Formats: sequence, C-alpha cells, structure tokens
Amino acid sequence: MYDVIIIGAGVTGAMIARKLARFNLSIALLEKENDVGNITSNANSAIIHSGYDPVPGTLKAKLNVLGNSMFDQIADELDVHFKRIGSMTIATSDEQLETLKELKKRSELNGVPTELLSKEQALELEPNLTSDTKGALLAPTAGIIDPFNLVVHAVENAVDNGVKLFLDQAVVDIEYQNSVFSVKTTKDTYQGKVVINAAGLHSDEIAKMIEPIDWSLTPRKGEYFVLDHYKLGLVNHTIFPLPSAKGKGVLVSLTSSNNYIVGPSSEPIQDKDDASTDAPTLAEIRRQATELVPSIPFNQVIRVFSGVRPTPSTHDFIIGFAKSNEHFINVAGIESPGLVSSPAIAEYVVDNFVSKLFNLEEKKDFNPRVRRYHRLNELSEEDRNALIKQNPEYGKIICSCEKVSLGEIKDLLARSVPPTTVKGVKRRCRAGFGKCQGGFCSPMVTMLLAEHFHVSPTAIKWDKDDSEILVEEVKVL
Amino acid sequence: MKELTCIVCPRGCRLTIDDELNVTGNFCPRGAQYAKDELTNPKRMITSFVRVKNRKDTVCSVKTSCSVPKGKIFDVMNEIAKVGVDAPTHIGDVVIKDVLGTGADIIITKNID
Amino acid sequence: MRKRDLVIIGGGSAGMAAAIEAKKNGIDDILILEKDSVLGGILNQCIHNGFGLTEFKEELTGPEYLSRFAEQVKELGIEYKLDSLVLSITRDKLVTYSNAVDGVVTLEAKAIIFATGCYERSPGAIQLSGDRVSGIITAGTAQKYLNIHGYLAGKRIVILGSGDIGLIMARRMTLEGAKVLCVSELMPYSNGLNRNIAQCLNDYNIPLYLSRSVLRVEGKGRVEKVVLAAVDDKMKFIPGTEMEFECDTLLLSVGLIPYVSLLDNIDVKMSSTRGAMVNDQLETEVPGIFACGNCLHVHDVVDFVTDEGRDAGRSAARYILGEVKKTIKIKVNPGNGIGYVIPQYIETDLNHDITFKFRVRKPIKDVFVNFESNGEVFHKVIKPVLIPSEMVMIKVSKDKLANIKGEEISLYLEERK
Repeated sequence: MYDVIIIGAGVTGAMIARKLARFNLSIALLEKENDVGNITSNANSAIIHSGYDPVPGTLKAKLNVLGNSMFDQIADELDVHFKRIGSMTIATSDEQLETLKELKKRSELNGVPTELLSKEQALELEPNLTSDTKGALLAPTAGIIDPFNLVVHAVENAVDNGVKLFLDQAVVDIEYQNSVFSVKTTKDTYQGKVVINAAGLHSDEIAKMIEPIDWSLTPRKGEYFVLDHYKLGLVNHTIFPLPSAKGKGVLVSLTSSNNYIVGPSSEPIQDKDDASTDAPTLAEIRRQATELVPSIPFNQVIRVFSGVRPTPSTHDFIIGFAKSNEHFINVAGIESPGLVSSPAIAEYVVDNFVSKLFNLEEKKDFNPRVRRYHRLNELSEEDRNALIKQNPEYGKIICSCEKVSLGEIKDLLARSVPPTTVKGVKRRCRAGFGKCQGGFCSPMVTMLLAEHFHVSPTAIKWDKDDSEILVEEVKVL
Repeated sequence: MKELTCIVCPRGCRLTIDDELNVTGNFCPRGAQYAKDELTNPKRMITSFVRVKNRKDTVCSVKTSCSVPKGKIFDVMNEIAKVGVDAPTHIGDVVIKDVLGTGADIIITKNID
Repeated sequence: MRKRDLVIIGGGSAGMAAAIEAKKNGIDDILILEKDSVLGGILNQCIHNGFGLTEFKEELTGPEYLSRFAEQVKELGIEYKLDSLVLSITRDKLVTYSNAVDGVVTLEAKAIIFATGCYERSPGAIQLSGDRVSGIITAGTAQKYLNIHGYLAGKRIVILGSGDIGLIMARRMTLEGAKVLCVSELMPYSNGLNRNIAQCLNDYNIPLYLSRSVLRVEGKGRVEKVVLAAVDDKMKFIPGTEMEFECDTLLLSVGLIPYVSLLDNIDVKMSSTRGAMVNDQLETEVPGIFACGNCLHVHDVVDFVTDEGRDAGRSAARYILGEVKKTIKIKVNPGNGIGYVIPQYIETDLNHDITFKFRVRKPIKDVFVNFESNGEVFHKVIKPVLIPSEMVMIKVSKDKLANIKGEEISLYLEERK
C-alpha cells in the first residue's frame, strides 16, 4: 500500500514525485514507457519561458512565472544544463509594434520583467535578425534547458529519496473501494491512498477511469529542426515571432547543448502516438523561421523531430481533485508552458491538495541533489586526467562527435534511473546526438547495453516496444 | 548480341558480346575474358565472414580463393555458415578446402590478434 | 609540452599512406592517432573485394588491403596510438587527444595531417518524412553490425540512395539471408559504380528505381512500410506514383560528408565538398595543416585515397624540412559542369606537374575538359563519358602550367560538336 501513486513520469509527474519525496510518504511512480520523460517532455522547445505571454490570472500565468524563478536552484540541485539567455519577441510591422506594446503591458500584469527594444537595439543584440525588424520585446529571465536530463535527474533524485519507479506499466484500470485505490497496470496492481494523474497526453483517459469528465484534450503536434553546433552567434536569445491563436509560433533558439532549434509547427492531430514529421510542414517552418532570421544554415540540420502535447479544452492547466473523489488529483492539460511550470505545478499540487490529505512532515535525510555527473567535455584537462587516473574508461571516447567517454556511459548504467535503450543513453549523455547521429557510436552503445544487461544484442531497443535495432544473429554455430 | 557491365575493375566498362563471342567495349583483355565467361560459365567471388568462437559478437571475414559458379553462391554461403574459427586468425588461413568441389578454398581475409 | 614533427589524425587508408610516405621522405618523429581499436579505419568493415587493383594489380578485400599498409607502418617503426580520439586542435598546431592509457594529452606538432575520413548523411539531414521509428539505418552502420559483429539490422529491406555502400550492402545482406526489395534513387542516374549495379543488384534481381524517393516511412516501434514516389525534374513528388513496400528496414545510402569538425572549430576555410580548401601541396589555409582522403573529398576508389595520402605525407615532410616555398597564389575555379576541383589553390610554383581532381555535376558524354587562364585554354582533354559518381583525375604537365597568366584559372566542360 502506497500513500501516493503518481501516474506518469513526464516532467510533471517527475517534479511532483521529487517534491513529495521530501515528506514522510511512500510513493509509487508509474510510467507506461520504458524510460522516463520520453513523450511530450522529450520533444519540445526546451525553453524556460519568462511568462510574459499567458493570459493574466490563469494558472498558466501564475505557475509559469513562479516556475521560472525556481530554475536556478533546480538546475543546480539536479545538475542540469540551464542558461538564462533571455527571449526576444520580434515585431516586423508597425501593427505588430502596437501588439508588442500590449504584450509589454501583459508582462507587467504577470510580474515579468521585459523591455521594449528599438530596431537598432534589437539588431545590436541579434545581428542576424531580419532587416524588417521594427522592434522587440526582451524578456531577460527566459532560459534554455536540457529537457531530457531535467526529467531523468528529477526522477533519479526522487528515487534516491525513496520513491519507487515502475517502468513499462501502462495503467489499464483504477478501482476505488474502502478508501483504497487499486491501480491496475499491464503488469501488476498497485494499491494507494491517493492517486495523482499526471499522465500527459493520456490524462483524459486516466481521469475517466474515476468519473465522467467535462474537459477534453486535443493532441497537438509540433515539428522541429535541430542544427549541429555550427558556430555560436547565429542567435544569442530565443527568438519568437508574435504569439497567435495557435501558440507562440516558430522560434529560433540556441539550445542548452549549443545546438540550434527551429520550430515548432502546431497542428491538431487524431492519433496521440503520431510523432511523424513531414516535408511540407517542415518547409513551412523553414519559411516562417527565415522571415525572422534569414541566414539560418539549413545545411547544418542533423535531425528533425516532432512532439505531441495535450491541449486542454479549458485553455488552462487542469489541476484539482476529481469532482467525485477528493483523493484523486488530476494534473492535466499540461501543454506549453508546462516545462517551466513543472516545479511550480508540483508545489501547487502539494500545497493545495496533497497537504489536505496527509499530515506532511519533511524527512530529515532528504537530499535535494543528484550525485554529480562527470561531463568530461566540460572539465579542464587537469580534472579530466584526475578522473581518467581513477577510471581509465573516462579516457576512451565512444561518441566522437559529442566526445562522450565510455566512463560516462558506464556511470549512467550504474545510476538509479539507468537507460535501457540506445535512445536512453543518447538522451542522457549525448552519445549519438552529433552530426553523424549515432552512425559511428550506436553499434558500440548497442553492444555495451547487451553486455551490461546480459542479453543478446538483438534484444536491445532503439526506443519503445518493438523498436529492436537488430533482427538476427547471423551464422549462429 | 548481349550487353554487359564489366565487373573486373571499378572502371565498369559497357561490353557487348555477340554469338561468336566477339567482345567490344572492353578497356583491357580481362574484360573480354569476363564477357566470355559470363556467357558460358558465369562466376563470382564470394566474400562473407565466419564466427570467431572465442570472441563474443565478433566475426572474421573470409573469401573464396577464386571465383565460383554463380549458381552455387548460396550453396557456398551455407557451407561457410557451418564453420567457425578461433582467434588469433591470419590472412590466408584456409577455413574450408575446395568448397563443394568448386576448386575454391574459403580463406581468412582478416588478421585478428 | 611534448613536441612532435608530424601528427596524423586518423589511421585509415589515407593516414597510413601519409605516415609511410612521410617516413620515407625523412621524417622519423611521426605519431598516428586512431580512434578505433585497430588500424585501417572503415576498410575493416568493407569485407567485399575490389580494392587494390591500381595499388597492387590484384583484387583484395578491405581488410587484406589495409593489412598491407598496417604491416608497413609496423615494419617502419611508425608510432601509432589506438583508441585515441583527438578532442581539439589549434591553429598553432596543438593537438589534444584522449585515451585510456595516456589520459588527455596535448602535443605541439610541426605539421598535422588530417585523415579523418567521412561520415554518412543521416535520416535527419535529409529530413526524411514519416514515423521516427527503429529500422531506419545508414548503410555503413548496418555494415558494421553485420561485418564486424555478425548481426543483421533487417530482413526485408528498402534501400534509399544508390551510393556504393548501399549497393554493396544490398548484396551483403542478401547473401546473409535478408530480402532486399529495391533500391530507390532520387536522381535520374545512379551514384554508384556500374560494376556494383551489375554485381550487387542485377545478380540478385534487385530492382533499381531512378527518380524515386521515400515519400514516407510508416511504423509503430519499427519500420513496417516504406512508400516511394516518383519525383519530377524539380525533385517534387508526383501524385499517383506511390509504390508501397512492406518491410522492416529502410537502409540509407544518401551521401558521405567529410568528417572535419576539428577543422571547422578553428574556422579553416571550407570548400563546397565540405572538406577544407587546399593548395597544390594538400595544405589547408593554415600552414602546416594538411588534409587527404575522404575528409578532403569523398573518393570512390580506395587506391586513390592511398595515393592522396602519400601526396599529403610527402608535402608534410617537405614542409617540416623547410623545402617548400610559396611563390604564387592562383585560385582554381570550377566552371561550367564541374562540381568541385582539388586543389583550390596553386601556391608553390608552376615548376611541377599538378593532378587536378574533380567531379562533374551530371552525367555528360563527349566533352572537352578545358583548363583556362586569362581567357585562353592552356590544356584540353577529351572525355567520352563523365559521370558524377566517378572522380576524374587529370595531370597537367609543368610545360602546360607555364602558360598560366594572372591569378585565376578555371576548369570547365565544353561539348564537342
């Protein structure tokens, strides 16, 4: 019997688990995928938005702004790349300049520091902006983050503080009898006093297991380009067009790994699992992005991807008790700005809901920090050598594009939320993230995983179920 | 008249050969021989690998010591699949002698220390 | 800081040839840094035959070809370090590498030769449409899984791109038990060698579809279906021409790109090949940094890589010994019909023969290759057929080069009437 069962180990579930891990509670975190943060949290713009843009008074506005302020500490405790590079929203006509002024007012209502820039000021900060630039709204608190490790490290920290993580378990049914939930998954049944529904794209289906709901989710797909490291200075901030009814529009940004990202599109789709990309959509993104930054070097594209987010019919995050059950908490419709809001959502959920159900006491031994990660590429030659002296595997480089060592991959495998797939390794340490996209290193990573888990290489997956990389061992004697 | 692409070297000459086995389009005499063989008894080199028994997930490349009849390619592949070697291996070591009576040996093409 | 006369980055065909030649030309203090655990680079996985016809007048497999050079490297006592990846270089020729034994070490080199080879264009780089599932793999990666480790990356395969590795893998995978359904090529002509179409596709009745590309990939966890469609002359898909293939794998052979981020990082001038611009000594714009082999421009025959490696080794030796004087600067421009030319500059003098290497933009028959300076053709060669998949080499004698006037020359194709 668990005090709390959290369904979904995306960024929302991860942050809630980590927040609850500081209290005297037994917690189970259930995830249907074979890795944490592998759906919506895995495929987004990775922007820590400033919060000037959500409608004042909404949960989105409140939690975005609060969440943004929490990230310096979170990134430090969880050892995740985070930089406040600031965002600039660009106006390219006099009409848009007027809208920019309204956005400035909105930012003031939301309590977000912003500054209106003239064309000259904007171009001085961002020389590669279109010469059609009329002005810009600078939001200095906006940042960029490594979204993969934000979730992985948050869950790792939760697990290190006692949370039990169960992967590969889709919830198929929930029963509530005698004040106890029985959460039935594809593999097992878990009993708990409180259930938190943080199931992302599927949170509507989970909510319906308790009661009929009066809200709905529309899956909305966004496609992106990722460019190689290229040269610094293409853009120094996250560059946005003016927001529209469809969202924040196609952005051009540096990423926390010094790549560049361009996107997203924003199209409602039917199939929640449809993460495909298509040429016409990408061509349209390219058209829109070059209107803002004409010189984007699209010959440096190393990857295209798409992410699907749950757009709520309410136009705001849906956070609260189920109508008929005060022990079931929905945390649904967490679309953009969900990533930045996630730590604030966790705090909001605990302060307003979980605290009403338990007498929360902080554990004395809670450790907010993950064990430090060694990122060889970021160390001085001296520190690197000290580490290689301790463990020569830090000297052997596996990924020659991103310069990731064998030691770093082995370290991942020894942690409390280890990767089991090639993509899991890639997301965590960037092996396979570079210009050859794993062409050179993926065979080594596959063989390494097979050896580590004592399985045949044919059992190693690229990502989800049925995504094995190799189909057959040839000439078995 | 039959048109062929010569596979003797990377040049890849476009050859024509008539019923009297007269060859044109060849840059070198080996091309003419190739075209004649191709009409009368087409042959191919086979390259493949054998398992290295004492190394995990490792194979060692092999080849036929000379061309074998084209029709026997998959039969020869089946024979290669039956054998393994132990490291170290040396280029030229014979793995199968006179495979299927073709006159070709299966020989190692890679040194594994 | 440890000093070295010559550091060679990459111990494949180009790097080994460069080392051997530099040694023969009087340089003793040579270090080869190889990232893999054996010498030979990509040839280790190229177990098919067809190598060495120029070099040895016999047909060898990749591992046999490389072993002849690896043995020479060892016999000549040339030092090499395996499992050693170069992390960075500077314009002052400091080379920092990492391995498990030495740790991270920075060396100061008098000269550096880049022989880092090339990498395969990825699905992302071609912005492949459809589901992002397992079973989409580049031909070279599948080749490594098969020929080094003994695993098939697919059983029912569609191949996109008719580059040589794709063709070679069509045959390799067929022989090892897979079914290759077809090869699809975006261009109206193949990018592979004729002999490979004959012996890798035709021998096994594998169809080659020209002017067709992948419209989309479908699947849940793994590829389940690939849809091809014809493209028009603007490379736009033509509706109604779709062909569906139930398969588990899409193998990509859509181009090779010089692997030179280390040069990129120090802003060395790059050419349209995406390798460095070099002069007649294969020297980049940074004095003492040379480039050769597939990291300079992608070759179709390894024998030519070896040859270029030797040229770079000789040039580096002369540079170290102080024998090279730069007396001129003539820019070599690719003109009508020419994709690229190497070298991009002539910088030493015009008193030596120079071999120009280039590729044409599209297949063409019956042309003159003209070398022009100051409006006058100073050298002219007749070529019956030129195709983009074959690198062309034309040696121009110093007598002809003596006619060059001005600071530019150009190479262009002229149709014969």
